[in-house]
Formats: sequence, structure tokens, C-alpha cells
Amino acid sequence: MNKIVSKEYFSANVIKFEVEAPLIAKSRKAGHFVMVKIGAKGERIPLTIADADLQKGTITLVVQKMGVSSSKLCALEEGDFITDMVGPLGKATHIENFGTVICACGGVGTAPMMPIVAALKAAGNRVITVLAARNKDLIILEDQIRQYSDEVIVMTDDGSYGTKGLVTNGIEAVINREKVDLCVTIGPAIMMKFVSILTKKYELPTLASLNTIMVDGTGMCGACRVSVGGKTKFVCVDGPEFDAHQVDFDEMLMRLGGYRDIEREENEHYQATLKN
Amino acid sequence: MKTNEDRAEAWRVELRNAIKAKDRTNIERVHMPELDAEYRSHNRVEEVNLGITAEQAMEEAKRCLDCANPSCMLGCPVGIDIPSFIKNIERGDFQEAAKVLKETSALPAVCGRVCPQEKQCEGVCIHLKMKKDAVAIGHLERFAADYERISGNISVPAVAPANNIKIAGVGSGPAGLAFAGDMAKLGYEVVIFEALHEIGGVLKYGIPEFRLPNDIVDVEIQNLQAMGVHFVTNCVVGKTISISDLEQDGFKGIFVASGAGLPRFMNIKGENLVGVMSSNEYLTRVNLMDAANPNSDTPVFQGKKVAVIGGGNTAMDSVRTARRLGAERAILVYRRSEEEMPARLEEVKHAKEEGIEFLTLHNPIEYIGNEQGRVTHMVLQVMELGEPDASGRRSPVEIPGKLETIEVDEVIVSVGVSPNPLIPQSVKGLEVTKWGTVVVDNDTMQSAVPIIFAGGDIVRGGATVILAMGDGRRAAKAMDEWIKKSR
Ligand SMILES: Cc1cc2nc3c(=O)[nH]c(=O)nc-3n(C[C@H](O)[C@H](O)[C@H](O)COP(=O)(O)OP(=O)(O)OC[C@H]3O[C@@H](n4cnc5c(N)ncnc54)[C@H](O)[C@@H]3O)c2cc1C
Ligand code: FES
Repeated sequence: MNKIVSKEYFSANVIKFEVEAPLIAKSRKAGHFVMVKIGAKGERIPLTIADADLQKGTITLVVQKMGVSSSKLCALEEGDFITDMVGPLGKATHIENFGTVICACGGVGTAPMMPIVAALKAAGNRVITVLAARNKDLIILEDQIRQYSDEVIVMTDDGSYGTKGLVTNGIEAVINREKVDLCVTIGPAIMMKFVSILTKKYELPTLASLNTIMVDGTGMCGACRVSVGGKTKFVCVDGPEFDAHQVDFDEMLMRLGGYRDIEREENEHYQATLKN
Repeated sequence: MKTNEDRAEAWRVELRNAIKAKDRTNIERVHMPELDAEYRSHNRVEEVNLGITAEQAMEEAKRCLDCANPSCMLGCPVGIDIPSFIKNIERGDFQEAAKVLKETSALPAVCGRVCPQEKQCEGVCIHLKMKKDAVAIGHLERFAADYERISGNISVPAVAPANNIKIAGVGSGPAGLAFAGDMAKLGYEVVIFEALHEIGGVLKYGIPEFRLPNDIVDVEIQNLQAMGVHFVTNCVVGKTISISDLEQDGFKGIFVASGAGLPRFMNIKGENLVGVMSSNEYLTRVNLMDAANPNSDTPVFQGKKVAVIGGGNTAMDSVRTARRLGAERAILVYRRSEEEMPARLEEVKHAKEEGIEFLTLHNPIEYIGNEQGRVTHMVLQVMELGEPDASGRRSPVEIPGKLETIEVDEVIVSVGVSPNPLIPQSVKGLEVTKWGTVVVDNDTMQSAVPIIFAGGDIVRGGATVILAMGDGRRAAKAMDEWIKKSR
């Protein structure tokens, strides 16, 4: 049981939680995630650790309301408890001074990107962050990201904020303008696929942080497997970050869609119980 | 040895002489009452075996000849005093029978249900030499343990005065549980760290309810808690805390029992299609996450044409679960013949009764999917048996060009597990084999890093509950001696 010590709305559907977890706060590094379960019959879902406060013994999670489990979590208030939380899991991001790094994040991918941006900056990199979302309301954590970035480029699909265009337009503008050494991308799988196609064209080394379906998150089940360079890898223990140019995004997209029908049913069931 | 002392006791001599050996062997072996096969193939949780009655148990106990040199005990991996517990059943002292079992086994109610008795104690029973069925040792073990549990008179073992020495266990499967019990008895302060949100290891997330009800495991866990054992769930040693953190926190010995949780795949075409998964994933969803329960948030495919690849207990549990979740065809695909199947005999029998199709001497070589990436067909290579291999089993060889394609909408790959790599990778100086198992001294279970002992599947690879339990007990004994010596 982990206590929620604060809850803050970034938007109606994007919520930041600070949760008591002293051991995790102590051992986590940028790129790590936790598995979270709400209620006795809850599902185990992965959430990236966005930040940690050693003094308070808390970690920060940023959650976007999507399916049943994220909605259940978002319904919790300050003082409530998360039933089960385990971590930090996965491999930490490899941080060094690469030179100039583009951090390209879409939608809620900004939250897991935050600690990576901060760590890259601390290691002496020039960090250019491209924040992309459908519209202005979905741009989150901008202030925090600005704090650690040398430059922030905001892209929205509808042009309601920053420049109108996709994340790839933002990245391409930077590549055409200056020498870049590395790109890190986190966001919806389809977005990362297109980022990868683009940076491959420019031969820009790129890391993608993958958000596959997971069950245990400890390497026990293989639900999270992806093909990387033709080999099967488990995202929860071998990742979550991989060389984007080696990742089979089409297979990943296909696997992500696997439970869509069942998930829809579960969600309808959940919504129905809420009404009763 | 204790057997012989017991054996010479007056009551036992009298019991032995009361019935002629010939009459004992002429009694028919008890038949375990079971749920109706048709009913149970649609019922997810009810236990298949219903247990024998006291009368049946006492009658079955008569069949045991109380041999002077009981071979069954040699067949038991932990050397349970089998004739002693059986003769106590025969004389009607069930509580005492349970006590005898517990002297050696930490989990008799579990082992009575899941041990491969036909390969162990029952496999060397004297009756077999006389062309009779072996004494139903497993059923009797289960009976005595269940009797004690249901009677409510479970004896919480006496605990020695606290010695204030902290020791840790990593993993709460049978190895970890057995270790915890023995160390608590010796007065140690025992903390067991478990990565998952539930205690019990494979007993909870792997073996289904219809074969091993969770309640039975929970009683054992509550017993340990009553003895002062402390469980910390949601804690991955090597991630949440390290082995060196534990040392710094004052733990004087660490028993690693992290199991063989890493599922193997076959690396064939189409294995990452939607609907193809490891048995670990399938069973974890159904057992640990209760995914088939409408009130659970975790989804699970409930295929209509399900193929399970493999021939072990895990494969059998998966295919029988699939049948219970509504599969019209639940097919077990195994590359050898039925004779070589490592699964318990009883599971094979039960599976057949439940309408599981056995497709032996077939091996998948490819899975085919539709536009959405969902598996729709599998291509099988037909095999035949060749010469015996290193394990003594006749190895399957391909019949060139002989392929079959069958329709499937779900495939569960159950071709074995590897040791969980987390601890071996995170501890410097630990000796690890090329299979990833931790190397320990065979008697003491101590590893190359003195403070670390290990046992169960992390040492043996995928093995059995009883061996894991036995390892836990041996490690406890050796760790106690080692700690006392080094103080
Ligand atoms: C489906 C299935 C059916 C089986 N049927 C039978 C049967 O009928 N008869 C039989 O004898 N055997 C059977 N077995 C095998 C038997 O269950 C195992 O041999 C036995 O459970 C091994 O016990 P263990 O204690 O070594 O490990 P496990 O039971 O695997 O327990 C290990 C525990 O450690 C935890 N863990 C792992 N890493 C860490 C870490 N770093 N930190 C904290 N915790 C960690 C795991 O989460 C797990 O709970 C079956 C196995 C399966 C999967
Ligand atoms: S989530 Fe189970 S192995 Fe990665």
C-alpha cells in the first residue's frame, strides 16, 4: 500500500500524483518504471517514474486517463492508497555527454521524458526538447521541461499553440539547422515509428522508450515482447529503451491492438458499475 | 534411524501382525473421488480431486505392508517416513499421521496434490513388484494433511526464543516458505521478500485452483505468519533493494529462492502474433490476476481453438484451463510421444477425461495470422521417435516433408522456463552455470558468496515443489550452523 500525498491536474485527463515509496525513490534512475495495481481485482499497469523526492521519500507519476486501470487510479485522491506498487523496474537510461540531444515526446510521453531531459542536461548535453500534442490543452509539463532544456519547440496538430505540425516536423527543422548527436523519443507507438523513420533517413542515432502491454513487469511472462533487430526482447527487463531503428514498430502496433476488444468491454463494464 | 524405532513400537507390531501380508496386497487400491469430467471441464475453480474419506483412508492404509526396508522412502526426494504416517492412519490417529509428515515436509497438503508420486514413492512401492497397484501414498498424504487442516487443530510449531538474528529469503515459492518455517522455529527473525503482490510463487500464479486451491497455500502462509515470519510483497530484490542493502540492514544470511520464472519461446516464425503467448503469461493472467472473473480488470483471451505446446505439468495446466474457459478444441501439441511426457500421470488422465486432444509427435514450425496480426493457423512438423537421447528419452526426429496445418485462435507456448536472471546478474561473485542456475554446495545449499544460500528452481532449473521444499529445509539447517559457527 502506497499513500498518495498529492494530486494535481495538468488537464482534465492528465494527472500528477506524488506517492510515498521511500525504497523506490532511493533506487530509481531516469528511465525506470513501476507496476501499479488498484484494488484487489485490479490490473497491473506500468507507469514511468517521472521524478522522485528523496527527502520526502516520494515518487511522481503522471497518468493519462485512458482505460479502466488508469481511470481507477485517476479517481484516487490525496490520502488514498495505491493497493500495490513495485519498482523501480526496467533498465535505466544510459546517460552521458553525447553533445546535442533532441528529446521528442508526444502527448503523455512528456512525463516519462522529464527525468531523462533533466539527467541529460545534468550530464552536460545541449538538450532540445520537442513537445508535441494534438492541441494546446494536451501539452503538459512545459514549465518543468523548459527548466532543463536549452530550447523547447512546441508542435500542435491544430496549431492552437507553438508551431502547427507534427513532432517529426519539429525534429526535422532542428536536424536541418544544426548537428545533432542523439534523439530520444517517447510517445504513442505510431509517433515513435514515424520519428524512427525520419531519423533513420538522417542517420541520427535514436532511442525509443517502448510502452508495450505488460502483466508482471519483471520478465516472467513475455507479454511485453518486441522484435528488436530480428530478436525477441522483453521490454520490462531488456528495455524499455531500444535502438529505435532496430525496433519492429509494425509488430509492436499489432500487439498493442491485441486486447482492444476485451479492453473496450472491461471499460464498459467499469463505466456501468460507476453508474450503479 | 527413526523409522525402525517407530516400527518396533508395540502398537505398530500389533497392527502389522493383525492382517496377513497377502490379504493386504489383495485389497484394491482406493479410487480418488473426482468431479464429473463434463461438469469440471466448464468449471474454472472447483478442485477435481475431492479427497478420500476417513474410512477409505484407513482401508487404503491397510494395503501398506510396513516393510522393514521401505523402498518408498528412498523414492521420496526428502525421505518422508512413509510407513509411519500410513500406519498411524491405519490405526485411526490422523493427527499423529499429519505430525509425522510435518517432521519432514513443510507442505504436505500441497505435495499430496502435486508431487509426481508415480515417479517417486509410488514408483518403487513393493506392490508393483507383485504386479499390484502401488499404495496410494499421495492420496493418503493429502488425506492426513487435509484432516489436520479441516479439524482446525493445526499445530503451529513451537518457536525457539528469539535470537534477534535477522535473515532474509528472496521469493515466496515452496523453497522460500519451507526455509522460512524452519528458520522461524530456530528463533530467527525471518523476512521474506516477494516481487509479486501475492505470496506463494508458482503455487499461486502457476498451478491452477482446480488442482491446488489457493486456500491450502494460504493456510500454510498464515501458519508461518503466526510463527512470526514477516512477508514483504512488491519488493524485487536486486531492484527495489539490493543484496548489499540487505547486508547493510543487518541480515546475517540470505536465501535466494527466486525460481525459474523466465519463459522460453521457440523462436519460430509468427511467435509474436497476437494470441500467441507463454504459459506463464496465460496462467498468470488467469490465476494470479483472476482474469476470467468478470470483476477482474485484467483481460485474457478465451480462445475457441486453443493449442498448447509442451508436455509438462505447465502445459497440462494451461490446456485444461483453456478448456475450462470455453475452448471447443483444446489441443496439446507435444513433439515426443505420450510415454515421454514429463507431466504427472494423473494430470494426463484428467486432461483426457476433460476432452483435451493429444497431438503427440507434432512440433510447431510456424504460426500464421490475419491482417490484424491475430494467429489463425499453425503449421506442424510431424515427427517420429528415433534413438534415446542423453536423458534416456527417445528423441523425436522430423519426418521430412510431412507437415500439417491446423486452425487455431490461441496458442500457449509451454516449452520450459529458465532461472530468473535478476539475482544472478546483480550479485558479484555468484557462480552461475551456462543455464543460468546458481551453483551451490549440494549439502549446504551455500553459494560462492558465503552469506548467500540458494535453492529450488533457481538452482535446479524447472523442477518440483518437493525438491524446492527440501532445498529450503536443508538451506535453513546449514545456514543456522554457519551463522552459529561464524559468530
Ligand atoms: C504451471 C506449473 C505447474 C507445476 N506443476 C507442478 C506439479 O504438479 N508438481 C510439482 O512438483 N511441481 C510443479 N511445478 C514446478 C514447481 O511449481 C516448481 O518447481 C516450484 O514452485 C519451485 O519453487 P521455488 O520456491 O524454487 O520457486 P517459485 O515457486 O518459482 O517461487 C519463486 C518466487 O520468487 C519470486 N521472485 C523472483 N525473483 C525475485 C526477486 N528478485 N525478488 C523477490 N522475489 C523474487 C517470484 O515472484 C516467485 O514468487 C509446476 C510449475 C508450474 C509453472
Ligand atoms: S511484462 Fe511480463 S515479461 Fe515483461
